[in-house]
Amino acid sequence: MTGSPKITSAQVAHIAKLAHIPVTEEEKEKLATAFTETLAVVDQLQEVDTADVPTTHQVTGLENVTREDAVDERLMFTQEEALANATRKHNGYFVVPQVIEKD
Amino acid sequence: MSLNTLTLKQALDGLEKKSFSLDELYNDLETAIGDENKDINAYLTINEESVTEAKVKSNKALKGVPLAIKDNFCTEGLRTTASSTVLDNFIPAFSSTVTRKLTDAGAVMHGKTNLDAWAHGSSTETSQYGRTLNPRNLDYLPGGSSGGSAAAVAGDLAIASIGSETAGSIRQPAAWCGTVGLKPTYGRVSRYGVVAMASSTDSPGPITKTVEDAAILLNHMAGHDPQDGTTSLTEVPDYTQFLNQDLKGLKIGVMYFDISELAHLKEYYQPALKVLESLGASAEYVQAFDPHYAISVYTVVQRGEVSSNLARYTGIRYGQDRSHFGDEAKRRIMLGTFTLSKGYADQYYNLAQRVRTLYIQDYQKLFGKYDVLVSPSSPGFAKKIGATEGAAMFGELEDLLLEPSSIVGLPAIGVPCYRDEKTNLFLGLNIMAPMWREDLVIKVGDAYEKATSWNTWRSNE
Amino acid sequence: MSKYHLVCGLEVHAELKTASKMFCGCKNDPFHAPQPNIYTCPVCLGMPGGLPVANKKAIDWTLKLGLALNCKINLFSKFDRKHYFYPDLPKGYQISQYDIPFCYDGDIETSEGKVRIRRIHLEEDTGKLLHQTLDGEKVSLVDFNRSGVPLIEIVTEPDIKTASQAKEYGKKLRDLIRYLDIGDCDMEQGGMRLEANISLRSESTDELPNYKVEVKNINSFRFLEQAIAYETERQSEILNQNQTPAQETRGFNPTIGQTFAQRTKEEAEDYRYFPDPDIPPLHFTKVEIKEIENTLPELPHQVIERWRAEYQIDPRFAEPFTNYQVMVEWTELILKRATEKKIEANKLLSDIINKKIDAEIGRSIEDILTDFVRLHQTAEVDTTEIETIIDQVKAEHPDEVTRYQNGEVQLLNFFIGQTMRKLGKKVDMNLIRTALQKALNS
Repeated sequence: MTGSPKITSAQVAHIAKLAHIPVTEEEKEKLATAFTETLAVVDQLQEVDTADVPTTHQVTGLENVTREDAVDERLMFTQEEALANATRKHNGYFVVPQVIEKD
Repeated sequence: MSLNTLTLKQALDGLEKKSFSLDELYNDLETAIGDENKDINAYLTINEESVTEAKVKSNKALKGVPLAIKDNFCTEGLRTTASSTVLDNFIPAFSSTVTRKLTDAGAVMHGKTNLDAWAHGSSTETSQYGRTLNPRNLDYLPGGSSGGSAAAVAGDLAIASIGSETAGSIRQPAAWCGTVGLKPTYGRVSRYGVVAMASSTDSPGPITKTVEDAAILLNHMAGHDPQDGTTSLTEVPDYTQFLNQDLKGLKIGVMYFDISELAHLKEYYQPALKVLESLGASAEYVQAFDPHYAISVYTVVQRGEVSSNLARYTGIRYGQDRSHFGDEAKRRIMLGTFTLSKGYADQYYNLAQRVRTLYIQDYQKLFGKYDVLVSPSSPGFAKKIGATEGAAMFGELEDLLLEPSSIVGLPAIGVPCYRDEKTNLFLGLNIMAPMWREDLVIKVGDAYEKATSWNTWRSNE
Repeated sequence: MSKYHLVCGLEVHAELKTASKMFCGCKNDPFHAPQPNIYTCPVCLGMPGGLPVANKKAIDWTLKLGLALNCKINLFSKFDRKHYFYPDLPKGYQISQYDIPFCYDGDIETSEGKVRIRRIHLEEDTGKLLHQTLDGEKVSLVDFNRSGVPLIEIVTEPDIKTASQAKEYGKKLRDLIRYLDIGDCDMEQGGMRLEANISLRSESTDELPNYKVEVKNINSFRFLEQAIAYETERQSEILNQNQTPAQETRGFNPTIGQTFAQRTKEEAEDYRYFPDPDIPPLHFTKVEIKEIENTLPELPHQVIERWRAEYQIDPRFAEPFTNYQVMVEWTELILKRATEKKIEANKLLSDIINKKIDAEIGRSIEDILTDFVRLHQTAEVDTTEIETIIDQVKAEHPDEVTRYQNGEVQLLNFFIGQTMRKLGKKVDMNLIRTALQKALNS
């Protein structure tokens, strides 16, 4: 069995950035420990023989579920409904502090 | 008799016969809630317009009865929080398919119940609105994540309720609270409008006082939804037709008693197996693929899907920003991000999905020989308040016995099968059937319930 | 200083003009929406519990484009989630395709050689951001009308060798998408977007460069040429100093025609792709693919070839009539009738291109052909009339006559023009020429 990884605070910081979760230094330490523990349990999976076993992403066995190209107004929001819970809005738009570029 | 202690069937019959009015029913319920919810904390939000709404639909199938809805179902115009302050102020402009169907059938969304925040947990303790107590014994936890729904039903603060299960979240709290909990086949009930947790296993389902009540609600909940691409076109039968049957010729496989954690429970479940046999079934202990691996599969798959499903909560279009996530949510999102990230996805996510296939194959093999499979719902009785602190994987271990059937998508029902006289705490019997065979779990659950006196509502009849 | 060869691949995104969005039944019309955020729903707005269901037509059209570009089709395919955070991405992930795109291994011909298509896949578009200052604060306004619109992505191999080839490829692709009537490709609105991967290879080696620079935000073919030209120069300078250009993403500034560095990322993107559990996989049969192939119209290059064979049409004249299927059908009717009436087809098409004849779709074909005959009809004229006019012209331009007779024979055209003008009617030009030559040489 491969040794399970010991997760570091630096790794936690990286993950937090990817996940857009704000974490304090203290939280990073705690999370690093929690992750290490969890991964130790998860690593048991390596014991299982999965050679030639396909992955299951969909237990229903369904395939080719599509819809016709038609507009369904019943399910559409009005502008008011769309903005009903917005933290900030202006002239029918959602408002966010300016972001320069995509991550 | 206080009308809040009625079962759904009794309430419907009573309204039909005009034995009492909607006003009286709602009045008794409101009184009970007013008296006890502040301690039990089953409800987060109550719909003030309930009885007005009820009267308008009294001629429909569900006659205006009130239902308690787990707060991860979007209900139009009624606050929906998923028990997280991220959604503290969120009032959806649309309803989930399930609550819409129930509303159309005449039920009223009377209140939203507490859950583990984002359905992350097995004790309802990660709720950011305080824990819920087990009405059977207030020193104990109700289980989770549908703890509020189970507690509402157990404490007669609801006639019936709706919950959801990703890996035990209906059956486990139902067991801890001594109620019935039915988890339909994955794809039997629409997930549209339900706050997504693990998309590939989430299953909405009823938590009720009797199996009959569960069958009634399932009739209205089940069915194909064009808005949910993972729902099946399989026809929905009338599930109440499977009540009141004997179990002649039914072959039952009994799982998991060879696991060390369960050795002490055998004595509680032997009588249950005897009852099933007395109803005409044959029961046999079976060997199954070790459920411990299911914990790992579930942990990885669920956290991966969770990290993805919670990426939409940024506080821009609704709700508050991500700093409002509670500790458990943060942990799960980040672990999920990790297991999906470059360099680790194969090692964790894809591997987990392969082991998942092994569970599917194992169940297929078992159902080749047996009609239904049974096991304990939980490795023990409800836990005391404070018992879960500090355990990073508490939830997964608690749901050990339920995770395999959840990740495979099987239908299952949990019914009370033992009550400890000293503590008033319960054990549940978990009954599983092949995909789309809710009829079998209802048949067996109902037969067992009527042949025993563990159900605290039926034994009053 | 060694010379460098351009090694360029293009990524094109084109919006499909389905009636509804890719994963929900909202109206697909972001460019003409009178208000922001009026075409949204729980799905494309990323509300809790929103679930995607794929638009069948968008999938069919993707396969159609792939087949028109000689692609192979993956009979088993799926949609994957691509994760990143940005305000215009409501779910925090984009539903796209990762490792099993619908189409792969195709190609398209250009006058400068074949360009191979690596893959074509289907995904959903994002919302739109508008940068503004509100009460002194720099903000972005977000409109989700465009969120969820089906977007097709076509990626080439780095086969493009010149800026002109890049432009030609882009135009051909755009024309094909329009021809198949699956997209409008209005680049100004963002209905078609270009990204170029640009690097340089030393001419002394056949190996592909070990770096590539991605240039984004190019929204016209002219800008594409400019960006390639600028990058070629910029990268050459770096390479000349024996250094390797940084592997990075750059933007393009059309005002100054230059690319510029965007914030360099410390590590490559980690999109954490995994198959979308809400969307069951797609499974096509060979029969279904064949059926879609059968719905393909005759493609422009096939029409041009056939018109050359059947009607002896010069490809130069044929090309402008192959922009849309309706136009092809219409032109075909004209050509058939013209052939029957023994009218010279190339000349006819040329006249239409030069707007000498109105051949608007729906106009009577008989009228069109009559116009042509009339246009080229030469009037009857007697030689006396011509001679009289010529004498007048000679009298009016004595200097030119002298110059012609002294050897400036090109002035003949001048005299022809003057004569034709005075004549005022259409006459066989050869007659005039002969008469003039006789008159001027005497």
